[in-house]
Amino acid sequence: MAEYKGVMTFCEVAEGKLASIATELLGYGRKLADELGQELSAVLVGSGIGSLAQEAIAFGADKAYVVDDTLLKDYQTDSYVSAMEKVVKEVMPQILILGQTSIGRDLAPRLAFRLNTAASLGCLELAIDPESKLLLQTKPAYGGNAQAVFICQSYPQIATVRPKAIAPLERDESRKGEVITVDAGLDPSAIRTKVLEKVPEKIEGVRLEDAEVVIAGGRGIGSAEGFKQLEELARMLKGAVGATRPPCDNEWVPAGAQIGLTGKIVTPDLYIAVALSGSSQHMSGCSSSKTIVAINKDAEANIFREARFGIVGDWKKVLPAFADKIKGLLAE
Amino acid sequence: MNMVVCIKQVVDPEAPPASFKIDPASNKVVPPQGVSPVVDPYAEYAIEAALKIKDALGGKITAISLGINQLRDIVKKPLAMGADELILLEDEAFDEGDSWSTAYALAMGIKKIGDYDIIFCGREASDWNAGQVGSGIAEILGLPGVTLARKIDITNGKARVERVTDEGYEVIEVSLPALITVSNEIGEPRYPTIKGIMAAKKKEPVIWKPADIGVEVSQIGAAGRRTKLLKLFQPVREAKCEIVEGENPEEAAVNLALKLREAKVL
Ligand SMILES: Cc1cc2nc3c(=O)[nH]c(=O)nc-3n(C[C@@H](O)[C@H](O)[C@H](O)COP(=O)(O)OP(=O)(O)OC[C@H]3O[C@@H](n4cnc5c(N)ncnc54)[C@H](O)[C@@H]3O)c2cc1C
Ligand SMILES: Cc1cc2nc3c(=O)[nH]c(=O)nc-3n(C[C@H](O)[C@H](O)[C@H](O)COP(=O)(O)OP(=O)(O)OC[C@H]3O[C@@H](n4cnc5c(N)ncnc54)[C@H](O)[C@@H]3O)c2cc1C
Repeated sequence: MAEYKGVMTFCEVAEGKLASIATELLGYGRKLADELGQELSAVLVGSGIGSLAQEAIAFGADKAYVVDDTLLKDYQTDSYVSAMEKVVKEVMPQILILGQTSIGRDLAPRLAFRLNTAASLGCLELAIDPESKLLLQTKPAYGGNAQAVFICQSYPQIATVRPKAIAPLERDESRKGEVITVDAGLDPSAIRTKVLEKVPEKIEGVRLEDAEVVIAGGRGIGSAEGFKQLEELARMLKGAVGATRPPCDNEWVPAGAQIGLTGKIVTPDLYIAVALSGSSQHMSGCSSSKTIVAINKDAEANIFREARFGIVGDWKKVLPAFADKIKGLLAE
Repeated sequence: MNMVVCIKQVVDPEAPPASFKIDPASNKVVPPQGVSPVVDPYAEYAIEAALKIKDALGGKITAISLGINQLRDIVKKPLAMGADELILLEDEAFDEGDSWSTAYALAMGIKKIGDYDIIFCGREASDWNAGQVGSGIAEILGLPGVTLARKIDITNGKARVERVTDEGYEVIEVSLPALITVSNEIGEPRYPTIKGIMAAKKKEPVIWKPADIGVEVSQIGAAGRRTKLLKLFQPVREAKCEIVEGENPEEAAVNLALKLREAKVL
């Protein structure tokens, strides 16, 4: 029987370019492949995406597999799982990594079950065990209160990695690699879903994921009007507004503002947490921020165990004065 | 519509993080004192999704839960909310599985239930955060699946599902039977009514053992795992919070701004 060998990354495409998660994964995959002394391959799945193969190579891949088919224009579970099943069976990688995105969360487990192997989702860290050479998969458990380290006892070992777990490699156009096209061989009647519509959320200003300053509000903000004050401060600091889940559920802010285990992952320089308690599920999306500042009226709130600076007090009193002073400091 | 909802009992995820403890020897969580377990929150959203369809179209909802030491008052909550039946896969052999052995046992249980149009799961359980059991059941049963649902409408024997994406959402049409995993955007789970609580009290769950669903003990629980948990640990927190004070909140705010400037954060 042929041997499983090499590291493979599934590269998402966004707006005709390699998604940022794809470049991060190529960096991570490169590191793992070098540790194993094996090859790194990239897989691009979509429609009209062939030109990106060279890009994947520039970001670290030794080989790029391209599955290009009009049936793969939109992500759909059935079509993508079967395309990936085909590639994996042909290439037989030891390790397959994907992004913890709305696509990766859907594709990775289904593919793992199809291939009779297992996946770990939302990994914080991947490493090669020096003795067994197996992939050590570290991921949050109990909402981030704990972390678990898993190994998979079958090949390929599949894992999704959270955004921003690693910085991408420098793009290097002189890197050489091989581009291989794979025929998807899809049977349209085996695709049991249809994408009727895509509804993107409107974003004004800086994207939350890219912001260097994030002002996050929690249940204690109390209303959509309250969040307007956070927006003002965010504008002043050229940052973005984020939230815990309750403000999203209450529609004070769009669902896309949610930060945490089941929301966005952010790693800004400055994270100002206002009237949120600091639940492990929320912190799981922001605990890698450089400096966390907390404003909360409850001195016992968990956020004070996570923050570097804090004020115990009512945000309605603290925030306007804080914003005023900052305005002054920035004008100096 | 005949619907199956997968639920489970978990340690309350809203318990204060300070009360969270792990026993390193067994890799197990020490349940916090005086905090009762709950139904996995995302599984409650899954029940709510099924109840919304039942409200609109009628039908039957069967809840199924795999685990040991399941407190009847807890796992009967779906019945109190409006589900019709409760099946427990309850046996030591089912315990300490991974996503594979858990999904496999649940899939075989659902197969035995037989008549279903939609199977619901939560998007991810609050304890192990695997986010896989739903997709696993779908694959094992050969069903189409849609994950991360925020709204579901049934028309002409198909489901139109709004699926949460990183950019917003997408609308997906899927043929039935199908498996759907549910996200919190579906809407707050309803509270049980008094009538529901009374009905749940009278209703006894059906217990199935491995032999009842035709599975070998080697395929389920710890024996059927494809992964191995090496370690469960609590990450150490290094942050030491400096509380910035002032005569009044406004002054504290000014001092905080100055502190951040001094620390070159601003
Ligand atoms: C001592 C111990 C050892 C373990 N070892 C491992 C290990 O080696 N490898 C490993 O991967 N995991 C291990 N686990 C965790 C494992 O049992 C998880 O429960 C399993 O992996 C499923 O993950 P999850 O519960 O996060 O489910 P998810 O996939 O996140 O669940 C999603 C949804 O599926 C449904 N669902 C999930 N579980 C059930 C259930 N029991 N009954 C009914 N519906 C359910 C619910 O609708 C839920 O909302 C261990 C657990 C313990 C206690
Ligand atoms: C599996 C799972 C996944 C989850 N994923 C996420 C996720 O991705 N992101 C997320 O955020 N949550 C998530 N949650 C929910 C999470 O458990 C918490 O319920 C949520 O984060 C709490 O939000 P909060 O801190 O805003 O609210 P609360 O915990 O209610 O805290 C409100 C805080 O505001 C303070 N406050 C109130 N009024 C004032 C005032 N006037 N001035 C100052 N302070 C005030 C209070 O002291 C309190 O500390 C998840 C839960 C589960 C089970």
